[in-house]
Amino acid sequence: MASVQHSEGDRRDFLYLATGATAAIGAGAAIWPFISQLAPDAGTIAAGAPIEIDLAAIPDGGQIKILWRGKPYFVRSRTEAEIKAAVDVEMSALRDPQPDAARVKEGHAKWLVIAANCTHLGCVPLGNQGDYGGWFCPCHGSHFDTSGRIRKGPAPTNLPVPQYTFISDTRIRITGAAATV
Amino acid sequence: MQGHSHYVPTSGIGKWMDSRLPVPRLVYDSFIAYPVPKNLNYFYTFGAILSFMLVSQIVTGVVLAMHYTAHVDLAFNSIEKMMRDVNYGWLMRYLHANGASMFFVAVYIHMFRGLYYGSYKAPREVLWILGVIIYLLMMATAFLGYVLPWGQMSLWGAVVITNLFSAIPLVGPTVVEFLWGGYSVDNPTLNRFFSLHYLLPFMIAGVVVLHVWALHVTGQNNPTGVEVKDVKKDTVPFTPYATIKDAVGLIFFLIFFMWFVFFQPTYLGHAVNFVPADPLVTPPHIVPEWYFLPFYAILRAITFDVNLIIFTIPSKLGGVLAMFAAIAVLAFLPWLDTSKVKSSAYRPMHKQFFWAFVAVCLILGWLGSKPAEYPYTVLSLIFTGLYFAYFLVVLPLLGLFETPRKLPASIADSVLGKARSGGAPVTAGAAAAPQTKG
Repeated sequence: MASVQHSEGDRRDFLYLATGATAAIGAGAAIWPFISQLAPDAGTIAAGAPIEIDLAAIPDGGQIKILWRGKPYFVRSRTEAEIKAAVDVEMSALRDPQPDAARVKEGHAKWLVIAANCTHLGCVPLGNQGDYGGWFCPCHGSHFDTSGRIRKGPAPTNLPVPQYTFISDTRIRITGAAATV
Repeated sequence: MQGHSHYVPTSGIGKWMDSRLPVPRLVYDSFIAYPVPKNLNYFYTFGAILSFMLVSQIVTGVVLAMHYTAHVDLAFNSIEKMMRDVNYGWLMRYLHANGASMFFVAVYIHMFRGLYYGSYKAPREVLWILGVIIYLLMMATAFLGYVLPWGQMSLWGAVVITNLFSAIPLVGPTVVEFLWGGYSVDNPTLNRFFSLHYLLPFMIAGVVVLHVWALHVTGQNNPTGVEVKDVKKDTVPFTPYATIKDAVGLIFFLIFFMWFVFFQPTYLGHAVNFVPADPLVTPPHIVPEWYFLPFYAILRAITFDVNLIIFTIPSKLGGVLAMFAAIAVLAFLPWLDTSKVKSSAYRPMHKQFFWAFVAVCLILGWLGSKPAEYPYTVLSLIFTGLYFAYFLVVLPLLGLFETPRKLPASIADSVLGKARSGGAPVTAGAAAAPQTKG
């Protein structure tokens, strides 16, 4: 009996496609564990649980650097002059426009909590340095103001503010990294 | 160039083996009878020197791995223990660390040799591209290796380089997290870097085999750039001629290498890497090893957003793209250079541009070692422009405007000095004509 030719494909075409698709899915499933193992493991994730910080120990105008999830964060007690300098900046003068109010918690303008890795390539900027009295990154020359905003240099964005809440007036809890690196 | 094999097994074992797995025949044809142009100079010994360096790095590296501990709390001390307690540990480590630098010294001479004599041109495009792949793998291996001692520069170098990938739109941060195996450069990162540092040299060895294979298919280029026309007149057998010449080149190279190992073992490193890694303190001045400096300068040269009307490339991504493009452009070299004449010895204008390009690379290297401030940032941008201009403007146009000198009729003629009497320059087309027939 002569085989019948179907222009829209016959049973053999279907078998080829089905076998090919199964093989592709199988290969993908076999490769996935090799990719997935590169991700942060359960221990690393557990070690990155929220952290609480006591602000009472920080003197006026001082700052501390803490390490969370292997990365440093600045907690700075800003002086009135520093707050004023951060608030008074014209938005048009900023590369990554963000008002100071959006970077601190309401009623706690004194406290600035920011990630301490330069948004350029991750170096730790130096405090109270640079042209804007905030931070200066020694690696590639980025200047940040007293709100941690990029003002000059190669860094593309402001030093990000992590997710945190005030538990009391002198205690904060950092719960998550900022949206950007 | 690959002709009929003239290997004749003499012993009984040789005959038995030859009809089963003809390895001796392969060695004989590739490294004994293989014909090489008789006018090769000492710049052509760097292939052999590089092969030696690869083996040297693998041997010393395997030894170091026996004494090294890939853990953030132990790595630094395991290196110090190696330096003080392990018999000849200091020698193995200094051979390996300085060997990496020497590997790059040799590869840069090898690459500039290829640029000068047009070794990337047809029919050697694949050979050249395989070389670019080896160079990329070398850079990856060197970077990974530098992280392992877990000193300050190890850590911060790793932070800077892995953060390059965060510039990728959308998926960048996730990619970086997968590179780190965590939220920062930490123990999982060190572990995987050690694993990959051990793996990549063997991948290099694999690509080297392809590189040598491709070389033996097309035959070697030579200082005239004229292809071999008569194997009898133009070539000599690899052994003893090339073997001995390579050995002499290697000996002088080893003297240079050993001078560093025994008299200036830490000169090419950074003092700050003798401080254990600390994620809370950035060294005042992060610089990569000398062999990455030109690319580091290019990375830092883009300090402004590039507005392309439809979308904007942020400065960080721009710098990363420029740096990778600076390496990728090498792979397109065979098609960017429009001149049919290979050797710069017969290209009076290219010869000048070549040396200008060498100067541009050296100046970029110097700029890469400087802090990111005025005037170095502006100079970096200018010299980055000049770097790309060589590939994208000079080489494509030079083939159209340059009048090459008269090429010798053959390698034998050039060796015997017959070309010199040729005299008057000829046009590019006429000079290229004999080559197209070859």
